Amino acid sequence: MKKILFLSLLTSMFIVGVAFAEQPTTSIPKMDSGDTSWLLISAALVMLMTPGLALFYGGMVRTKNVLGTIMQSFIALGVITIQWAFYGYSLAFGPDISHVIGSLDWVGLRGVGLDPFPGYSATVPHQAFMIFQMMFAVITPALITGAFAERFKFKTYLVFLILWSTFVYDPLAHWVWGVGGWIRNLGGLDFAGGLVVHISSGISALAAALVVGRRKGYGNGLMPPHNVTMTLMGAGLLWFGWFGFNGGSAIAAGSLATSAFVVTQFSAASAALSWMMAEWACRGNPTVLGAASGAIAGLATITPASGFVGPISAIVIGLVAGALCYYAINLKTKFGYDDSLDVVGVHGVGSTWGVLATGLFATKAINSAGNDGLFFGNPSLIGIQAISVVSVWVYSFGVTWIILKLLDWTMGLRVNEEHEITGLDTSQHGEAGYNF
Amino acid sequence: MKKIEAIIKPFKLDEVKEALSKIGVKGMTVTEVKGFGRQKGHTEVYRSAEYKIDFLAKVKIELIVTDEMVPQVIETIERAAKTGKIGDGKIFISPVEEVIRIRTGERGRDAI
Repeated sequence: MKKILFLSLLTSMFIVGVAFAEQPTTSIPKMDSGDTSWLLISAALVMLMTPGLALFYGGMVRTKNVLGTIMQSFIALGVITIQWAFYGYSLAFGPDISHVIGSLDWVGLRGVGLDPFPGYSATVPHQAFMIFQMMFAVITPALITGAFAERFKFKTYLVFLILWSTFVYDPLAHWVWGVGGWIRNLGGLDFAGGLVVHISSGISALAAALVVGRRKGYGNGLMPPHNVTMTLMGAGLLWFGWFGFNGGSAIAAGSLATSAFVVTQFSAASAALSWMMAEWACRGNPTVLGAASGAIAGLATITPASGFVGPISAIVIGLVAGALCYYAINLKTKFGYDDSLDVVGVHGVGSTWGVLATGLFATKAINSAGNDGLFFGNPSLIGIQAISVVSVWVYSFGVTWIILKLLDWTMGLRVNEEHEITGLDTSQHGEAGYNF
Repeated sequence: MKKIEAIIKPFKLDEVKEALSKIGVKGMTVTEVKGFGRQKGHTEVYRSAEYKIDFLAKVKIELIVTDEMVPQVIETIERAAKTGKIGDGKIFISPVEEVIRIRTGERGRDAI
């Protein structure tokens, strides 16, 4: 009896304590351990996507270029991390200048501390948000490398990485996600990077394929993927990491993260099936490469919509994405440009559909901070989404074109013909992927 | 003595080897080869890229037998390697001047 009395006294003291403790949280943001854990784990998940991408792309090239291709993705982890720490994060998320770019106030992460920052991460340390966003900045330029696989000079690539991040990625991230960014102010919705990551890389890839030119022997020689099992392994890692990419973009552990997680799976699954079926119908075989490509298309497509749409909408979005992207990759043969690993068809086209689909399927029932789309009674959102898409298309294409032209005149973009024939592995890195 | 070269479908190798062992063939050399005949090649499609693969994977079996053995060996290979579909392969027969077993220095039939 005495014991029970003591326990209930303790419990009531605890409740009173909690009640008192809760009051100040309304004024000063308090760190939430659940939210912080989820965001740090998500950052690690997104980090793993870059090596995943390296394998995804590495399997699709010829044996002589496997290391060169893997390295282009992998080294982005090195270069962009440093760029982000010095000034990239400040340009993207720093205090707004004229709605187009962040200022240099946060250079060297000055002022980016371990307390929550209400503008971006009300319940999570500012540095956790910074490192989470860094992983997005790392993988985005790596996505472009598929467009110029098997022929790009490594030295030029390192410079391209820095220039592209500085002049394309950082401004776009600010437009869409930065406090004061013009697309954010306009009400354009991009939950996890349809505009910032996938359209920007996909359309830059188109510019890159056009400026860099085709591989030697393209159209005549045999250039089949050397290891589709490696590609599938990479697709698996990308899919796994994408739960952090989309789920983590809620910047909190809870209902919104769960919803984003669920729709990510639904879209990837339905797009893998619809690509496979489309290819089966058109070419007679349900290929493994097709199923893997479809999954990635579905993931790239759901990215902008992931925090705004419900599960059944995600299945519809994914089903369209798989077939649409399959159709899109077949266009390159028609137009004759060599987007070697189909960055335009998968990421550019997929995510364009994803951003527009957000304008159709978004609902405030999923995310009250979002908006309703056309199918939920608000026709204006689709217009805003279209303006956002066109702006990002034009900006990415134009600036990437200029950067590559400048590099072409100064450093040269391509390895010489002899090196292209011997392969990037020995010519650029002095080693071979396979020594049997 | 004759050399018999048979180019067959790879998946038929085990059957052919078993059948030959049963009739007393004591050794053979096998090579993975590529080539085409009337079957021609096939097409592989990776996303939108279509590649015509001219050379198909085959297995080449080489064995040396005494003249008396030849009809039986040929009949055995024909039976074991046959599927009835295009691409079953071919058998070539040619004379062999001499056979030497390196370990013992034996010559001719004794060395087979």
